[in-house]
This record gives sequence, structure tokens and C-alpha cells, in this order.
Amino acid sequence: MIKTAVSKRIVLHFPKRLVERAIVSRLVKEYNLDFNILKASVTPDEEGLMVLELTGKQADYDRGIRYLAETGVRIQSLSQDVTRNEERCTHCGACITICPTAAFELDFVTRRVNFHDEKCLACELCIKACPPRAMELHF
Amino acid sequence: MAKTIEEINEKIGEGKAVVVTAEELIDIVKQKGIKKAAQEVDVVTTGTFGPMCSSGAYLNIGHSKPRIKLGGGRTYLNDVLAYTGFAAIDILIGANALPDDDPRNRIYPGEFNYGGGHVIEELVAGKDVRLVATAYGTDCYPRKRLETWINIQDLNEAVLFNLRNAYQNYNVAVNPSDKTIYTYMGVLKSNLGNANFCSAGQLSPLLNDPYYKTIGIGTKIFLGGGIGFIAWQGTQHNPNVIRSENGVPRRGAGTLAVIGDLKQMKPRWLLGTSMLGYGCTITVGIGVPIPILSEEILQYTAVSDDEISAPVVDYSEAYPQMRPDILGEVSYAQLKSGEIIVQGKEVPTASLSSYSRAVEIATILKEWILSGRFLLTEPVALLPGVESGITLKPLKERPIEE
Repeated sequence: MIKTAVSKRIVLHFPKRLVERAIVSRLVKEYNLDFNILKASVTPDEEGLMVLELTGKQADYDRGIRYLAETGVRIQSLSQDVTRNEERCTHCGACITICPTAAFELDFVTRRVNFHDEKCLACELCIKACPPRAMELHF
Repeated sequence: MAKTIEEINEKIGEGKAVVVTAEELIDIVKQKGIKKAAQEVDVVTTGTFGPMCSSGAYLNIGHSKPRIKLGGGRTYLNDVLAYTGFAAIDILIGANALPDDDPRNRIYPGEFNYGGGHVIEELVAGKDVRLVATAYGTDCYPRKRLETWINIQDLNEAVLFNLRNAYQNYNVAVNPSDKTIYTYMGVLKSNLGNANFCSAGQLSPLLNDPYYKTIGIGTKIFLGGGIGFIAWQGTQHNPNVIRSENGVPRRGAGTLAVIGDLKQMKPRWLLGTSMLGYGCTITVGIGVPIPILSEEILQYTAVSDDEISAPVVDYSEAYPQMRPDILGEVSYAQLKSGEIIVQGKEVPTASLSSYSRAVEIATILKEWILSGRFLLTEPVALLPGVESGITLKPLKERPIEE
């Protein structure tokens, strides 16, 4: 039976003690996963943040995630990372041309803005460009 | 068709008035024609919901014991400086005011997360606001320092008083330069990366009454979720701009000064707003009813997005340098399609004004009128029109030599 391939985007938080260790490369060597780095940064207090797209067989993916968790890396799925505060969003549309992945889309009938969080790369450009500050980043 | 506002109000009272939004009217006129629509429709409601910088509120906080004279001293609301050039306890908070310790654009682009607009929003939301004041002390007002929480429900008066709102048409902002710029029209990407506009177009109050034939001083309106009034023409009111054949201005033209009881308003319709790299402001919801007193007035209210043109302005160079040149004109129908052509390039568009909220405002106002709780008012005086000769004057700068 052929196992279905999965492709998922995840956010990894590396505590200070793990920042210098080679962790992600083992996902390729030992778990047969492909990865695409969408974003990587080290904060001033030296926590590492990495947004990855992981592709591979479901079983390998599950084992890879287990491995990451065991090393002490905190894992979040990307769609939970940037959220829209529906109370504050006015559906003006200022975000639409700011987003590099077209995650915001204007509904031409209702003139409301849809947020497709599965397209979001958590680049954060919309966070400060949103006039009522409706886009929120959650770590 | 009722011929006077009094007759319309009688029909509203009897529950017989026909009220439609300016958006709904467009289809009605397409189906029935101007003549029949004018016979049937009594009131057309308009709406707009966008950042409106020249806005503020004045508060009378009540006398403390012993008394303090805030006038001439310094007063802060949630660390944002309020204006105290009035008597003892009247203060004014402007939407663009910032805390003294806000870094502004020293860290560029500044975030401007909290300012006067946010203070007004929090007051309206019923939240306690921290007032810290220092004064110089007099025989009759001896106190020199005051630190207290205030809440809108305890204030004698809390009044929204906006000097310039509801612009009749506005610029479309673009950036042909090679670096991103941060403006009051939003983040503008380099090399014509985007085009931002800010008008409800066919729903916008003054675009539906281009010659100010019904909207005037004393007109009762929807303001910030409550009831307000037009107090005067707004600052920079400029009726003498180039107009299309349908009378609609093709540049920013008329404006409104509006006033209303802040205690009636709701944060959904009065929202503290931050423009990255520019400053703080407030997003204001305004809806104005237009009485259909003639076929001519109905014809104006039937205007649609494809019949309203706006100028495309270079905000990297022409706007800051006060140059009058524009990069062309586009219609609101083109702007709302998501893309316009500027200098031969396809440029994606975005709006700073929420059209869906503008529709909601026009619909709420319609429901208020249909339910009989909102009657129309006769304007006390009309706004200055084309015949006034009023134009927008630049500053006549005269260097001070000593």
C-alpha cells in the first residue's frame, strides 16, 4: 500500500539551549522529509523561530514531529500563528495588497475581506499595516 | 413624491415612507427610470466608514474638591496629551494626539499603536481612563495636581466634534519611487506596487448630493453609532474643483464638520486607528439621509461607482512637495475591481474605507427612519456651494526676520 504524502507548514520554537544544534537536518537524513524554510530568526533573548514546510509520507512526518518534540522544540501549526481579531477587523482591505501570498481576498459581492490562513506564511507584514490592528501574532 | 421635508416626516410618522440606500437606489433607477423612482422614493440613505484624522472629543469632567483649573496646565488621558486651553474642567482630546514617550518615527516606521483616537474609543467602550493633570493653582482653584480614573458615564458632557470628515471624493495614493513609503493613505509599495483609495464612492454622503442641495448645517445624521448633526462645513471645504457632467467633483472637494453625543456612540463605529509610519487617527462611521425633494435630487443620489472619478496622486513626490500634477484619473468601479492601470502598469488596489461597513451604516439609518425613531431635519443653512467662490488656499508663508 502506498502511503499518502503530506505537506504541512509548522512553526518551530527553539529554546536557547537548542539554537546551536543541528536538528532540522536530521529530518532529511533519518525521516526522509523534505523541508522548505519559509522564515527563520533568532530573537534578542536567543530563542530561535523557524517556519518550515515539511513534505513526506504521513508515517515519516509523524515520526519526524515526535523527534522534534523529544528534542525540546515547541511546535505549532502555522495557521494558528497569525489570526484575525474579528471584533476589530473593519473589512477595509488595506491588507490585501500588503500580503505577499494573497492570503487576503476581497469578496466582490459582500465587499468583505476573507482571510485564508492556510496561505499565510506568518511574514507579519500585515500586523502593523492593518489600521485597526486586527491582525494578531500568537507564539 | 413628497415635496418638503415636513411631508416626508409625516409619511415617516405614518409608517408610509419609502426609504432605500444609495446602493439600492442604483438598481431601482435602472429598472424604473428617474421619474418613477422619484415618485416612489422619499429618502435615500448614505454611509461612509473610514479613517478621518481631523476628529476629536471634548469632555467636561466635573469639579474636584478642592477645585482645580486644568486650563493653562497639562492634562493627560491614558498618557495622551489633551488640550487644556479652555476653562477649569473642559478638555479636548484630538484623534492624532500621542503619548509624550511614543517614539514616533525615531524608530522608522513608527508603529503608533495608541493615541487620542484610541482614548476616545476606550471612553466610548465604557472603559475607565486614567486622567493625570498638573495645574498652577489660583486662589479660587487651589489644587495643583489631580490623578483619577474617569468614566464616560460620570462626565457632565462627552461630545465628539470633528472638524473635517466625510470628504467628498479623495486621492488615490501611489508610490512610483524605488522605496516603500508609509503614509496616511497606508503602506505604499515602491514602483507602483499598490494603489490605495479611501471613499465609499457611490454610497458616500457628499458624492450623493454633489451641490449640497439638501445636506446643510443642522442636518441630523448617523454619527459613530449614535445621532449627530452637521455643525458647519468641514475645514478645507472646497466646492470649486473640476466636476464631471453629472456634477460630481473629480477631486477632494466638500467636507463636513460634525458633532454628536459621545455617550450614545459605539466602538464598532468609532475605532482607534494606527497608520504605520504616519500616526494615530480614528475611523468614523457617518450616515446622512437625503430627502428626495425633486427628480434632480434623486438623479444625484442614483450616481454609481463608474460615474465617479478620482485622481491618482504620487505620494512619494507630488503630494509631499505640494505639486498639483496627477498621474491620471480612475473611476471607483475600476478601483473596486482590484486593479487599475497607472503609467501603463497594472497596479493592485486596496481601500482604507470599509465599503461593507458603509452599507451597514446606510442600512441602519434606513431602519431607524423606517421605524419612525429618526425624523429628517431641515438644514438651518446650506453649505457653501460653487457660487460661494471658496477655494482651498495654500499657506502664504512669510519668513519672520528679526
